[in-house]
Amino acid sequence: MNRSPRITRSIDWITVGLYALMLLLGWINVYAAVYSPDNIINIFSWNINSGKQLAWIGTAIVIIIVLLVIDYKAYESLAYPIYAFMILLLIGTLLFARPIAGSRSWLELGSIRIQPAEFAKFATALAVSRFMSTINLRHQNWKEHAVLAGITLLPPLLILLSNETGSALVFGAFLLAFFREGMSPLILIVGTMAVAIFIITLLVPKLYFIGVITVLLGLFIWLNQRLLRKLRIIIPIYLAVVGMIFSVDFFVNNVLQEHQQNRIKALINPEADPLGYGWNVTQSKIAIGSGGILGKGFLEGTQTKFDFVPEQSTDFIFCTIGEEHGWIGSLLLIGLFMALLSRIIFVAERQKTVFGRSYGYCVASIIFFHFLVNVGMTIGLAPVVGIPLPFFSYGGSSLWSFTILLFILLAIDTNRKQDLTR
Amino acid sequence: MKYLESRKYIIQAIFFIVGAVFAVKLFFIQVLNSEYKHAAEANAIKRIVEYPSRGLIYDRKGKLLVQNTPVYDLMVVPKEIKGIDTLRFCQLFRIPLEEFRLKIAAAKVFSYVKPSPFLQKLTTEEFASIQDNLVEFPGFYINARTVRGYPHQSLSHALGYIGEISARQLEDTAYSEYEQGDYLGISGIERQYEKHLMGRKGVKYRMVNVRGIDKGPFKQGLYDTASVAGQNLSSTIDLDLQQYAEKLMQGKKGGIVAIEPSTGEILAFVSAPFYDPNLLTGKELGNNYMALSKDPNKPLFNRPIKSTNPPGSVFKLVQALIGLEEGVLTPQTGYPCNQSLVKCAHGHPHPSNLYLGIENSCNPYFYRVFQSIVNRGQSKNIYRDTHLGLDQWREKVLSFGFANKLGIDLPFENSGIIASSNYYDKHYGKTGWKYATIYSLSIGQGETGATPLHLANLMAIIANRGHYYTPHLIKGIGNTNSPLPQFQQQKNVMVHPKYFEPVIQGMSQVMSSRWGTGWHANISHLGIEVCGKTGTVQNPHGADHAVFAAFAPRQNPKIAIAVYIENAGFGATSAAPLATLMMEKYINGSIAKNAKRQWWEEYIISGGFYKNTSH
Repeated sequence: MNRSPRITRSIDWITVGLYALMLLLGWINVYAAVYSPDNIINIFSWNINSGKQLAWIGTAIVIIIVLLVIDYKAYESLAYPIYAFMILLLIGTLLFARPIAGSRSWLELGSIRIQPAEFAKFATALAVSRFMSTINLRHQNWKEHAVLAGITLLPPLLILLSNETGSALVFGAFLLAFFREGMSPLILIVGTMAVAIFIITLLVPKLYFIGVITVLLGLFIWLNQRLLRKLRIIIPIYLAVVGMIFSVDFFVNNVLQEHQQNRIKALINPEADPLGYGWNVTQSKIAIGSGGILGKGFLEGTQTKFDFVPEQSTDFIFCTIGEEHGWIGSLLLIGLFMALLSRIIFVAERQKTVFGRSYGYCVASIIFFHFLVNVGMTIGLAPVVGIPLPFFSYGGSSLWSFTILLFILLAIDTNRKQDLTR
Repeated sequence: MKYLESRKYIIQAIFFIVGAVFAVKLFFIQVLNSEYKHAAEANAIKRIVEYPSRGLIYDRKGKLLVQNTPVYDLMVVPKEIKGIDTLRFCQLFRIPLEEFRLKIAAAKVFSYVKPSPFLQKLTTEEFASIQDNLVEFPGFYINARTVRGYPHQSLSHALGYIGEISARQLEDTAYSEYEQGDYLGISGIERQYEKHLMGRKGVKYRMVNVRGIDKGPFKQGLYDTASVAGQNLSSTIDLDLQQYAEKLMQGKKGGIVAIEPSTGEILAFVSAPFYDPNLLTGKELGNNYMALSKDPNKPLFNRPIKSTNPPGSVFKLVQALIGLEEGVLTPQTGYPCNQSLVKCAHGHPHPSNLYLGIENSCNPYFYRVFQSIVNRGQSKNIYRDTHLGLDQWREKVLSFGFANKLGIDLPFENSGIIASSNYYDKHYGKTGWKYATIYSLSIGQGETGATPLHLANLMAIIANRGHYYTPHLIKGIGNTNSPLPQFQQQKNVMVHPKYFEPVIQGMSQVMSSRWGTGWHANISHLGIEVCGKTGTVQNPHGADHAVFAAFAPRQNPKIAIAVYIENAGFGATSAAPLATLMMEKYINGSIAKNAKRQWWEEYIISGGFYKNTSH
């Protein structure tokens, strides 16, 4: 078949290059995170994470080849079956998985453990994009919106039931993809305001907060009498906000489990309990902060060397970068992610089908969300939830799922010229 | 769609804003704020765990049953042992060089900077001999722990043992307070009362710099928590009686449970073959456990609560009680010893009343009793009638604690079985069975199963004339003098107290009458009126098992007991004398010095009854 030349000619090499660069840097950093100066183990050694990560990278390359060889049309037509299979897998995990550290999210086959929640992300992206190619979000058809919400919310609901809040929260990223495809910006604005209200409610006594809002609203109306006519809209919104403030308070204190409450407390004021819930964040900031401008140098990170930072090769991998390569290194990492995200959006925009474009935005949003929360939690701007930094955090499930997520897009993309002839 | 295309700029902008915010925050943390740099260099915090002493266990008279013995773990931090004289170390500690290297390599794999065990469970003597030399070897230090010690050699099954927590348990959030290497109860009372015995670990935070050197307490110990010692337990067991019972049971297989009827407190709990509890503690625990688990006689098997067998003739007492309660039996009811119904091995005259039926343990008698309970003409259809009768009967039997866990404070209790109508329906079909199919239930054989605990509890019920307290091994926790609440509730059976007296009279005649099956073990000449019942459990694989259940004295009973000896043949000449020896010991304080009692004691200890069986 004359498929391979076409693939090598039209695959987006910039994205592939960025991907390969990130994998390489990620691999080296995992080694730095587990490195110990008086006990030097070969970077390729099977016994430590860096060796295992190499194995995961190797298998990822096999996956990439498979993904690119498959007929690109298959992704669109198989979107729903793949999604359905993933739902079954999630339900299966919920029923049969053994509780490990409080959550039931791993399936075990012998000594191999996989986390279906990781793979649910690309399956949902496929299903969502497929559905969006059949509707038009601008039409504000509430039935269509409901189905879309259903597709998007079912996996995180199942994941929440198995006690893995972090993975469930990621699904909020889809909102950005919907926005691009025509969803009313009101949702985004309302969403942002809700998050803002949530945060302020945690920081400020609620009666004080409500009082300030009421006074401000009154002032605003008094200054602008025309608004009096719109009171019918303003009053319900005001009541909704007040209701939200009370429910946030109730939710945090009465619904969240204790370790989740602690994560929020750790976010707001980690110094209050530096040995308890504030431990992760405090240690993380110390590690990153001690890097200075240029960092301590490769393999010289003392905090990460002596195992002070918990989970330092997985969720807190950024600490090694911050400590060993300083602010310059951190900037480079941020730059890499910005470049990758921009390129993905560029690729998404040049798709001729709604399916392709929508899927591309899903990919960008998901990667962005991980970046936001993972780096954010290491520097104390986001609560500690267990989600990995794409391509950098050690872990087979995460590496495979992001590779699949990204390369499905590239596979669809290689055919952008082909569509012209159809 | 062109309109929507401009949204891509908004999304891009969101990405870049986030990136910028991070860059700025990082600038603050990494470049402007030097606090973190200093924090990293100056101190980090080391968490040291303090282990509390585990609760002690005493017997009912205050004698110590379980104590804590100190042991020492020699720990090593691989990073810190640079430059030690390896040869001298191996000489002093008498370890081959190769073993030293292997252990250090293993420790390095675990963690280069965290301590891992090098030599575990050193005794006080071993520790004392190396203590002075430890200064020569930086990187090695001692972790003091306690393990259990027993100032006697009894009661291993009831007490249980402790060991290291398993990997599976560590992953379970129910065990979130435990860390790898912690000890916890694995069986027996140690496991059942783990929460009370374990106490609470204490934590000390010390400041340590990046090179690992201790720099003093963190925030003057503000975050330190003191360890809380475990609570002591007061057991119901009488150690003297327990040791005596084990002496009587040596070389035999079986189980004994002795209960104080008025409270449900267990006075003695024997599973034979037994072993010295000191075997399952300390360094040799692993090896000893392997040896015990491979022993074909199964010494680790907790027979009093796990060995389920058909109760045999002892069950006839339950039939009598239910028959009286249902009104189909009176103390004056007589039945001929009709061997065509079921064989009767006892060679006695026809029982003309209930007392004789019990005294001679007549099988055909109870065949008729059970039949009259089950087929009472409640339905014209014989199958339906048997169905109804059996289920109503079963409900009453279950109120005696059969076919259910009694709820003793030990793990892994077996519930036993009493077949129900559903069972027979499944096997024979709804119209495939009637009394002729199930008659073996009348004499405690067939589809039944009970543990020695069930039988001892039955004796307690009869001794109390109609009620019992759940049998338990612990009567006091910590400072309080009472057991857990579920053991303080009186449980009544579905037979009126007034029907117990005739059955008790029959049980007394078992011992006192010349024709009674328990006559050999009579001790009324010592001033104790025993009420009992013998039994023989059929064993298709060898000699029958012997059972004897009884309580004494008849008025104001002090002790209810069930004895079960495997492959001993007739209960009358093995289990019964053993039981009365125990009762004599408990009530009178010691065995009478006359020749007869001494002879019986010697006979039982040596297992003379085995000669009478094809054992």
